[in-house]
Amino acid sequence: MSLTTTDVKKIAHLARLNLSETDLTTYTEQLSTILEFVEQMSGANTDHIEPIAHAVDVSQPLRPDVVTEINERDAFQAIAPQVEAGLYLVPQVIEG
Amino acid sequence: MIYKTIAQLSADLHAKKISSVELTQFFIDRIKRLDGSLNSFITLSEEQALTAAKQADEHFAKNKAGVLTGIPIAQKDIFCTHGVKTSCGSKMLDNFISPYDATVVTRFKEAGTVMLGKTNMDEFAMGSSNETSYYGPVKNPWDLERVPGGSSGGSAAAVAAYLAPGATATDTGGSIRQPAGLCGISGLKPTYGRVSRYGMVAFASSLDQGGPMARTAEDLALMLNVMAGVDIKDSTSIDTPVPDYTATLNDSLQGLKIGLPKEFFNEGLDKDIAQIIQTAIKEYEKLGATIHEISLPNSALSIPAYYVIAPAECSSNLARFDGVRYGYRCADPKDLEDLYKRSRSEGFGSEVKRRIMIGTYALSAGYYDAYYLKAQKIRGLIRQDFIDAFKKVDLILSPTSPTTAFKLGEKTSDPISMYLSDMYTIAVNLAGLPGMSIPAGYANKLPVGLQLVGNLFEEAKLLNAAHRYQQVTDWHTHTPEGF
Repeated sequence: MSLTTTDVKKIAHLARLNLSETDLTTYTEQLSTILEFVEQMSGANTDHIEPIAHAVDVSQPLRPDVVTEINERDAFQAIAPQVEAGLYLVPQVIEG
Repeated sequence: MIYKTIAQLSADLHAKKISSVELTQFFIDRIKRLDGSLNSFITLSEEQALTAAKQADEHFAKNKAGVLTGIPIAQKDIFCTHGVKTSCGSKMLDNFISPYDATVVTRFKEAGTVMLGKTNMDEFAMGSSNETSYYGPVKNPWDLERVPGGSSGGSAAAVAAYLAPGATATDTGGSIRQPAGLCGISGLKPTYGRVSRYGMVAFASSLDQGGPMARTAEDLALMLNVMAGVDIKDSTSIDTPVPDYTATLNDSLQGLKIGLPKEFFNEGLDKDIAQIIQTAIKEYEKLGATIHEISLPNSALSIPAYYVIAPAECSSNLARFDGVRYGYRCADPKDLEDLYKRSRSEGFGSEVKRRIMIGTYALSAGYYDAYYLKAQKIRGLIRQDFIDAFKKVDLILSPTSPTTAFKLGEKTSDPISMYLSDMYTIAVNLAGLPGMSIPAGYANKLPVGLQLVGNLFEEAKLLNAAHRYQQVTDWHTHTPEGF
């Protein structure tokens, strides 16, 4: 599977990454090589095989629906890039 | 020079031959004096370490000390530590001071251990050479021009150079076993779900597993006793009883059936390494084990499947780094999209971006079935290979890596050749099994690792087999020259 620079631009946008023109050429080559490498999978017969996500067969545990965490907003916001009045600040999204 | 193991240091502390403060100061001095050439630590937490050591000594004074009380250890910088920087080897988290402790960190604190600092690692644990770290590569103490392996390269180098008697590590595709092998120490990746992942920065959540690194299997058992067990904060941790891993270390290996996967002894394996592994196999026969050839017919598919599953999960996990709530934020963002894109582009290194993009592509509309679903079905095939193998044998033995430590820069421009250095370790993660690496000799003066793989939750059997081997060999006692 060979990717074009247009494909890689689209992937980078989906992943919210900026790529310079030089990066774009390098990544297009490298991502194509990696995808060609993983192509080996298509030769394997997996017709009657169930996909597995967790190696050990266990069911998702449940717990009583009670509050277990305390509010630590101040501690969490102490490490935020920009906060004001308990809110995280980002560039304006909606025109005023 | 033969240094003391955690078990021996524990005996000395309990016999009051040394205090925890003295022991902690000894390791802090060694780190300050010797780590300049290795770069194995990102953060040294001297002040906190000495405070914890004083508390440990008070516990000894009151006869309230446990086995690991007062023992200094290092934490891989992927485990969140309250009040001490947790960078995960990335510029993205260079300013991140965690507001809480990972469960593994909490358990080591409760056991009375002393944290010396946080060890270097590949960025977000993505790498096999420790060269993707934002803080620069770690050097292998056996040859400073070579890599220590990765991603837990800092922990492995620190233990090999005796800058810490033990360290934590994590393994997604081999990141405990491969660096342990290349640095000549012992390392154990537990069964998926055996050790809590809470507070361990996520890379590929269905594969990531924390485990210990130390000089001996006995020390790994002592550390695993602390780390293992269900955690309500990690819904994938598994609620099965945790045995005392030290209790069965000396069990006889008489009649133990060891399988050799023929696919792992083929071309691609260095001849000197093959010879060393054969010598180790003879030791196991002398210890009473029987050797059987087995087949893992789908093992060649494990690397391609891994390089779909791991990047897919990484692209999803690393979406949280958006420059809004914590971590790196770009200067003067124009708008929200610019904030996201520049924070991520400036904050992540190239291997991380490569994997995020592969994963984004593999999960995107129209490609999901061909990549992610197919890879998870192959995972089913690989697990079945192991289920079949464990009907015939108790343990599987192989080399840990196809080569010894390679030179810095040798594989950085060719991602695929880097990925292939994990060819013997990756299948184990896909199947969720426990695996370990122990030192088995030297090829051209570089350590060679022996990998043992067990069935689900059979860590005790692995540690038993490794311990018995270490009773009749002395590879685990060696320390590189200059350290």
